[in-house]
Amino acid sequence: MANKKLGDTRKGDALLVPVVAVLLGFAVGSVVVMITGKSPLVMFNAMLQGLTGLNVARGSFNPRYIGELVIQAMPIILTALCFGFAARTGLFNIGAEGQLMVGSLAATTVALLVRAPAFIHIPLVLGAGMVAGALWGAIPGYLKARFNVHEVVVTIMLNYVALHMNNLMILNVFGSVDRVKTAQFPQSALLKDPWLESITNGSRLNWGFVPVLIAIVVYWFVIEKTTFGYGLRAVGYNKDAAKYAGMKVNRNIVLSMMIAGAFAGLAGAVITTGTFSFGRALSAAEGYGFDGMAVALVGSNQAVGILLAGLLFGMLKAAGPLMQSNGIPKEIGGIIQASIVLFVAMKYGLERLISVLRLRRDKASALPVTGEEAGV
Amino acid sequence: MAFIIEMLNIVKDFPGIRANDDVTLQVEKGSIHALLGENGAGKSTLMSILFGLYSPDGGSIRIRGETVRISDPNVANELGIGMVHQHFKLVHNFTVTENIILGLEPKKGPVLDIKSAAVKVAELSKLYGLDVDPFAKIEDISVSMQQRVEILKMLYRDAEILIFDEPTAVLTPQEIHELMGIMRRLVEEGKTILLITHKLKEIKAVADTCTVLRRGKLIGTVPVAETSEASMAEMMVGREVSFSVDKGPAHPGKVVLEVKDLCVKNAKGLLGVKNLSLSVREGEILGLCGIDGNGQTELIQALTGLAPIESGSVTVQGVDITDLPVKQRLDSGLGHIPEDRHRHGLVLDFRLDENMVIHSYGSEPFSRHGILDYGAIRKNADRLIEEFDVRSGRGPDTKARSMSGGNQQKAILAREIDRSPIAFVIAQPTRGLDVGAIEYIHKRIVAERDKGKAILLASLELDEILDVSDRIAVIYGGEIVGVVDADKTDENELGLMMSGSVRKAG
Repeated sequence: MANKKLGDTRKGDALLVPVVAVLLGFAVGSVVVMITGKSPLVMFNAMLQGLTGLNVARGSFNPRYIGELVIQAMPIILTALCFGFAARTGLFNIGAEGQLMVGSLAATTVALLVRAPAFIHIPLVLGAGMVAGALWGAIPGYLKARFNVHEVVVTIMLNYVALHMNNLMILNVFGSVDRVKTAQFPQSALLKDPWLESITNGSRLNWGFVPVLIAIVVYWFVIEKTTFGYGLRAVGYNKDAAKYAGMKVNRNIVLSMMIAGAFAGLAGAVITTGTFSFGRALSAAEGYGFDGMAVALVGSNQAVGILLAGLLFGMLKAAGPLMQSNGIPKEIGGIIQASIVLFVAMKYGLERLISVLRLRRDKASALPVTGEEAGV
Repeated sequence: MAFIIEMLNIVKDFPGIRANDDVTLQVEKGSIHALLGENGAGKSTLMSILFGLYSPDGGSIRIRGETVRISDPNVANELGIGMVHQHFKLVHNFTVTENIILGLEPKKGPVLDIKSAAVKVAELSKLYGLDVDPFAKIEDISVSMQQRVEILKMLYRDAEILIFDEPTAVLTPQEIHELMGIMRRLVEEGKTILLITHKLKEIKAVADTCTVLRRGKLIGTVPVAETSEASMAEMMVGREVSFSVDKGPAHPGKVVLEVKDLCVKNAKGLLGVKNLSLSVREGEILGLCGIDGNGQTELIQALTGLAPIESGSVTVQGVDITDLPVKQRLDSGLGHIPEDRHRHGLVLDFRLDENMVIHSYGSEPFSRHGILDYGAIRKNADRLIEEFDVRSGRGPDTKARSMSGGNQQKAILAREIDRSPIAFVIAQPTRGLDVGAIEYIHKRIVAERDKGKAILLASLELDEILDVSDRIAVIYGGEIVGVVDADKTDENELGLMMSGSVRKAG
């Protein structure tokens, strides 16, 4: 233990902070549940059920919960990829929500107006969502690159523009029948599949998970394996060094925002044609953008991290109704989610805490020896 | 023997590093005591503890024989400790007097009493031979005058112990000489001076005693009069050091890098470089010397494509690169070691192997069809690490951020030399490095010259310019005020040119 000091890092430490943050988040949730006078065990049972479909207390199995978990996780994984991709280039993209909405609007348009067999129609719908999201992301990217307008300001504003543009189009152009939604999409545009629903006991599970998994792989590959990703990361870490090395910094900024937007646009298309089967007018943003930011933060902008964090947050959302049916307020899920984000944000504090604990443990294991020597 | 400051067995831990490990510093009243050490040796930490910016994890401090707890700079002020920081803390559109009284403004009733303060400032200035005009505005006076204002600020607060943190970094040789005079005068009047520096020459010139730190540990305290520069250097570095650069005569050939009538705007939108012309021939090192802020940065950034050129032209081997983007300049044979290695030279959060291909990642063998080949990237890093003796914790896997400054600079040097540019712009290659790394880097630069490269070496260290260059161009106010042969000039002549008082055509 001679050379151990504060701040010593070990392999796997990158993983440690999120894991500790998640555990602490659950601890906070348990305390809150206890304050409401219920047993945290009921909460954990509900969560386990949300995750695996198993009800330990009653010994039953319902695969519907697994389906619902995936449904909840899909869009926030995509918006997390959106936020994460821009973040790796040093951009703070708050615009996932808006990029998602234009994606969903474009998907609605193609779903309603195009007649084609499913194997053409579905890729067209998804592609339209991605293109729309990419273009929506290009606006703040261009303004940032050309005029150095901060992307946070532009993306926040564009979220509102997207929301109202979506509603205007849905209600007026597509001739909404009930002032809430468009007509039903043709079957050929839908990711829904009765077979998937039947094997998960009537959940809303659909083929959307396929493009989501592909998106995760693409995200990983582009960032870690391509020269393009290398350039993006260089710009993200150190714009000046990238410039010095002769990289096209401004072009990278625009492209990064476009690719980020495409992930969110895909999320919009998946929600519209998978979870639903019609375009919707919205009274307010649904929070996918902010959930995505939280997921990206907990997953440290890494592909696998985002997948795991997305499933975790999907589980917390899916377990909400289960907790409620057991008398635990479903808001507990939100509290746990918020605490996890808070603990991850306290990264440096946690790292320090971990190394202090290590130091103490090392000292403690050394103490008995000296104690014996001293004859205590 | 009365010690005015006693810092006994000081220990200070930072996450991951012990900055001060059982360091003891005892300073006699009325002496000039130098604190010598390489960057990261713990000098600044120790002084920050004395000034109340950090609290020590172990050890005790005694001032005038009494044990004290210096919890913040106000306590230090009350104890009569004052600090001249490396970066001055002055309000630029205030006058000298206004700056000095800031924080303890004298009042006549409710009204500020500038007049009596100015009288006191003038008296102090006269007593210590500082020659400062109490009514001048800070933005109108020179850097060395601003430094004197900082000194006056401490004297006005009746400081008895004055800490100077690398005070000569921003001064010309003449100004350094004057500062030494002021320091001696201060000591004659009974003040005590603690001088933080890594320049041996200055210690030899002015200090009575010298305490040497290395890697946070106390190496020893020696009387300066009885100790040679070489042995102090050895204490500082831990091994014998050669001071002179070993190089043969230059064999310059045809002009490779030519700059004509160059004008470049600085950050304020004014012309930082004015109608500047110079040329560098193959096989020679042209030193560019000047006081910081006289257009060196603007010139280098304009040459290398980081700043736009207003007018004039830059050619490399006859090819006009004036309007080319960075990438094409590099492809035309320009090499660049940037002055700020953290800002431009490295992506600190990249691994070493990734940093080694920052220019060339897009071409074979490091990538094919846009896909990186980490095998080739790794091999390239292994080769350069081996050849340039770049030391790091985990070889090519090391994050650049966790490497020492000297090894970061070696990594940049390796990468740039390996590109084999014909015209090489090198800025501040040894800033903040220890003597050993400086030795090595100078050797490699001279080796590049001997291979026939044209090298433009910009440095604020006059010794470096004199030792390494073949010819020296002096820049002042964005203009070249003279070009001289390195072996026919000396510090004095350069110093006069650097301050703009002498011009000389080369």
